[in-house]
Amino acid sequence: MSSFEYASAPESKAIANIASSYGLFIGGKFVEPKKGKSFNTINPATEELLSKVGYADKLDIDAAVKSARSAFTKVWSKLPAKERGKYLYRIARILQERAREFAVVETLDNGKPIRESRDTDIPLAAAHFFYHAGWADKLEYAGVGNKPKPLGVVGQIIPWNFPLLMLAWKIAPALAAGNTVVLKPAETTPLTALLFAQVCQQAGLPDGVVNIVTGDGITGAALVNHPDINKIAFTGSTEVGKAIARSISATKKSATLELGGKAANIVFEDAAIDEAIEGIVNGIFFNQGHVCCAGSRLLIQENVSDEVIEKLKKRMSLIRVGDPMDKNTDLGAINSKEQLKRIHEISNTGDAEGANRWSPECKLPAKGYWYPPTIFTGVSQSHRIARDEIFGPVLSVLTFRTPAEGIEKANNSMYGLSAGIWSDKGAKILWAAKQLKAGVIWANTFNKFDPASPFGGYKESGWGREGGRHGLAGYLASDAKASK
Amino acid sequence: MIIDGSESSLKKFLSELPPVDQVGAEARASMLATRSIKTTSKAWAIDMAISMVDLTTLEGADSAGKVKALCAKAVRPDPTDLTVPSVGAICVYNDMVKIARTELNSIGGSEVAVAAVATAFPSGRASLNVKKLDTQDAIDAGANEIDMVIDRGAFLSGHLGEVFDQIKIIKELCGNKAHLKVILETGELVTYDNVRKASYLAMLAGADFIKTSTGKVAPAATAPVVLVMLEAVRDYFTLTGTRIGVKPAGGIRTTKDAIKQLVLVNETAGPEWLKPSLFRIGASALLNDLLMQRMKLRTGHYASANYVTMD
Repeated sequence: MSSFEYASAPESKAIANIASSYGLFIGGKFVEPKKGKSFNTINPATEELLSKVGYADKLDIDAAVKSARSAFTKVWSKLPAKERGKYLYRIARILQERAREFAVVETLDNGKPIRESRDTDIPLAAAHFFYHAGWADKLEYAGVGNKPKPLGVVGQIIPWNFPLLMLAWKIAPALAAGNTVVLKPAETTPLTALLFAQVCQQAGLPDGVVNIVTGDGITGAALVNHPDINKIAFTGSTEVGKAIARSISATKKSATLELGGKAANIVFEDAAIDEAIEGIVNGIFFNQGHVCCAGSRLLIQENVSDEVIEKLKKRMSLIRVGDPMDKNTDLGAINSKEQLKRIHEISNTGDAEGANRWSPECKLPAKGYWYPPTIFTGVSQSHRIARDEIFGPVLSVLTFRTPAEGIEKANNSMYGLSAGIWSDKGAKILWAAKQLKAGVIWANTFNKFDPASPFGGYKESGWGREGGRHGLAGYLASDAKASK
Repeated sequence: MIIDGSESSLKKFLSELPPVDQVGAEARASMLATRSIKTTSKAWAIDMAISMVDLTTLEGADSAGKVKALCAKAVRPDPTDLTVPSVGAICVYNDMVKIARTELNSIGGSEVAVAAVATAFPSGRASLNVKKLDTQDAIDAGANEIDMVIDRGAFLSGHLGEVFDQIKIIKELCGNKAHLKVILETGELVTYDNVRKASYLAMLAGADFIKTSTGKVAPAATAPVVLVMLEAVRDYFTLTGTRIGVKPAGGIRTTKDAIKQLVLVNETAGPEWLKPSLFRIGASALLNDLLMQRMKLRTGHYASANYVTMD
């Protein structure tokens, strides 16, 4: 060996104890789907089959909702708040104890680097349960009146980009507030949710408080349209979010929708450039860019743009693309064939519309779904790649001349989920944050999450907030509006 | 010429450097510390680290006997395994330079450099005349490398020209006889912005190496400090085409620490810096841990401390 090449350092697959098939988790037990249908879940990095999971149709959804309703009326809503908190603490601790196993299963099923599932997804998921466990007996401080009540049965639909973390964002506040849930994980990443079902059993959670039904969009629609659901919580695409909003519009169901984004990451001339480069990389290449709040539009002040782009390219050539199970991998596999196709489609319009594509030299594995880290320079507001959410490791670079122009470009989007500001001047950061129309604004950092901090967007990025007091309030009704 | 040598041009240049964001720099350094270096890459890194060690003794109790013993260790770190490379240099006080040079030459270690800590090490609190004499004395005694300290008092009170001029004068004394390593004593500069400014100042004044610390002040070679210095040499190369070396010193005691340093180099300045002429690690206890880990890789089990020599 003549240079410092990192030998492969794979995490052990043996830690994951994945069953060859899984049923639906209804009423505290794994049951076969009524029509006996199932579908495959694969490892996107190798295209190998991981397991077969049950396909829930309307009848199964009905059974799950009934079980959640019965658990709500007979058990969960009668339990003293402190006892609910104890269950949540127990779940949080089990997640920590089984963190390594969860990280491995997440990486196998999703394709994200083990470093991220190990250091971000799983610890944050546990943190969400710990945080909300503390809320369970303090709901009168959540800002919805003196005697807040749960809504009842909540239907929850989560995406494939952070499977367990999104589950935690949904289930932890719902249970803390005293609701019961029926959760549908994404079609391509059901495994950690099913493992979580085992955690519920291990924690002795009363049967029916958490129900997990696997399936596709039709399964999700059946859940949304079920008449005995009090609230829908959805994270996913704006397109599906709009469909959900339409279908519940004439009902009493409430909803939180956490949808797409096209975040502006704004680098001002007085930024700490080296750290801004790290923030740009983290903003768009974290989790292969499969992040609704990804900093996918880089806006650089023109007088530093050459320096920033040159440094960014150098930094991008250090990104280690490959086996997600390798502890040194920075960029893993694209989650599915469909998503890869979509990334190709939108990115190709960048070439067609005159932007300049650049990727570092990197060898992509022959099997599995892969896309190299990519930037487009010379992008303008009218390009599709500056407007549409790509949801992949593809960054559009634009420039601006004055701070005011930067803000104007940043806000010129149908989305408004997140934004990043890079400047060493405190006053400028506060000024910019005030002008930006985005639900989450990071200053001199990016993609930082905390259970205590509310998350959500403006405009087509969604309704409501998740996390913190504001997120919790979305699962509560004031005394007058309480559930049946 | 980047600057014309005047204090005003120096100040202007340094004030235009981009700032360092503390939180971001620390986050990057701690992310790089998670790299998992195994098997063949670990073996490579251990040998590289051994060849980069500036084996150091800087005690009031140093004696000829102690220094000679260190020389033997420097040339043949593991007497049971002659495939172990020699270290980069021996680092001693001025009065030990001649003893070390003579000893090294006589035991087949003429390739191992002798570094002298000059210029009123470690505080640097002496007149310029004394610092010059100190340096000349070390060079005359046969030092191949001069590890000088900057005047931190002058730096912190804004007299950057004074710091610059002192380095320049010492560099002139070194000429082509000795390499100049400039110790910033980052533990006393405290902020990363200062570390970046002092790094550039030293490079502009003629340093061949920039070095974190004397080893007498804590904190010393922390990962974010080394990161900022590696960014400085990388960007200085872009600016001038000249590669300046980096030497972290102080607090690097284990193989894990050393490998983390090499990862920092690899992913910041780049693989071009991964050689003893551009990266050194100032340490005393580190060498034995590297040797023990090397044995472990070779034999599959850990030996007791008695299987490595104590010097």
